[in-house]
Amino acid sequence: MADMIATRAAYGNTLAELGKENENIVVLDADLSKSTNTATFGKEFPKRHFNCGIAEQNMMGIAAGFATTGKIPFASTFAMFGAGRAFEVIRNSIAYPKLNVKIALTHSGLTVGEDGATHQSVEDLSLMRSIPNMVVLCPADGVETKKMVEAAAAYNGPVYLRLGRPNLPILFDESYEFEIGKAAQLKEGSDVTIIATGIMTSTAIEAQKTLEAEGISARILNMGTIKPLDEEAVVKAAKETKAIVTAEEHSIIGGLGSAVAEVLVKKEYAPLEMVGINDTFGESGTPDELLEKYGLTAKDIVAAAKKAIARK
Amino acid sequence: MADLKVVANNIRQSIIKQISNAKSGHPGGSLSGVEIMSLLYFEVMNNDPKDPKNPDRDRFVMSKGHASPLLYATLAERGYFDKDELMTFRKINSKLQGHPDMKNVPGVDMSTGSLGQGLSTAIGMAMAARLDKKDYKVYALVGDGELQEGMIWEAVMAAGHYYVDNLVAFVDYNGLQIDGKICDVMGPEPIDKKFEAFNWNVVMVEDGHDLDELREALKKTAFGKPTAIICKTVKGKGVSFMEDQAGWHGSAPNADQTAQALKELEELGGTL
Repeated sequence: MADMIATRAAYGNTLAELGKENENIVVLDADLSKSTNTATFGKEFPKRHFNCGIAEQNMMGIAAGFATTGKIPFASTFAMFGAGRAFEVIRNSIAYPKLNVKIALTHSGLTVGEDGATHQSVEDLSLMRSIPNMVVLCPADGVETKKMVEAAAAYNGPVYLRLGRPNLPILFDESYEFEIGKAAQLKEGSDVTIIATGIMTSTAIEAQKTLEAEGISARILNMGTIKPLDEEAVVKAAKETKAIVTAEEHSIIGGLGSAVAEVLVKKEYAPLEMVGINDTFGESGTPDELLEKYGLTAKDIVAAAKKAIARK
Repeated sequence: MADLKVVANNIRQSIIKQISNAKSGHPGGSLSGVEIMSLLYFEVMNNDPKDPKNPDRDRFVMSKGHASPLLYATLAERGYFDKDELMTFRKINSKLQGHPDMKNVPGVDMSTGSLGQGLSTAIGMAMAARLDKKDYKVYALVGDGELQEGMIWEAVMAAGHYYVDNLVAFVDYNGLQIDGKICDVMGPEPIDKKFEAFNWNVVMVEDGHDLDELREALKKTAFGKPTAIICKTVKGKGVSFMEDQAGWHGSAPNADQTAQALKELEELGGTL
């Protein structure tokens, strides 16, 4: 399919575009600029691209310092080493002073593939979501990535942007308007709502077709913002469809599923089934093999939808 | 400008009062950095208490954030906020948090407290100056115990690599940390050679409480290199029973000890 692009590639391209308009944008990387695609920006604006070497904590600290002077730093590495290793620097030196740093981390989730569990970050949404002042974004395709990078640059405060390695189908057209904190309804439905984020949104669309063929009407919400969560959309879905499925390429602990569960328990109850990684580490394999083995396919979403409906 | 020795003595008294009033805080490592801070804020740094956010100002990062009483006392002495406010240190609803919060305290250029992070942020500020073609400098105060944090050496490597020559890091080399002597806990020595190996310009100050020696050291910055001024200091300096005692790293004096400390400092006046 010609219209495939990885969110990390869309990130790199958008950043290079934004760099032309906004001189305050600076980009930091930790020896992964070809993989994170910040090299695209670096090629255009070498003076505003800083390779910090394999030292993620220091990179986050330097980004914080830049932000105090009015710069808009984008700091990139793999999600594992940014959200994981540099967590406490992000918390104390970026989020606590609410500095305007964009933490754009790539290679999140199982679809890193062959590198295996050490490089498969399935906890980053949970980690970043738990930090006060942090906005957490997770795009479903290249278009949404572009819109999110633009929104993040325009927003004043720390933002975590969760990006991935694999090529993804394009779901949105250029007219798509992304707003931080707002879900996008991709399909109307009445029997169940599938709330998906990141790569799982296109999987959810696939699942919806199967469900439709079996006479089940599924609503699809793309939840691009994990925090602040669009609680209104979740409550509406709970009221109108009375069964919810969440789908994310992340641990079922602390990510989208947990965020939705918090709303359902507080505001409007509905049975919830979570499709995600079940509190386990990943392993080496191709992305498709991993998604299959760890229960992140359209088939899994279909089964979860039926289960949620049965619990009504 | 006020006599710096009197300024330093006032700051020392404010440190004791804050910690005593709060019944918590870190006197030892606050007292050891008093002359460095007095010199920076009253003589060296381009800073204006009436315009604390001026984009052209020199910046200061208290990387050893637990020395917040020293930072607050210096800022209050300089006129960034009222000295009475020091009595809210570490109290509920106060601007003056246990560790510095840049969002709420005028004059605090960076939030710090978790050791090892401040130096990296100082590098970011200094690199921004170069991009913006501004000639401000960035000063940081780093603890010697803090040098045990791995992130410090990431920062030291980066500052050397990027020739960040508008950055000056003072190392408050008092030789003690909470658990005892730094050389017993986890020796960071030789400190000078380590900085040199990372392409820093290193200046040794044998007495970090000697204002003239500190002034001379500040003249020895170098083109193309960040400067580390390694200052041998005395933890708890100025209060007899606190000097060189690791036990005074993070404990507050009681009423009698406070009275004794303040009496000693008043007697010293501007003679220390």
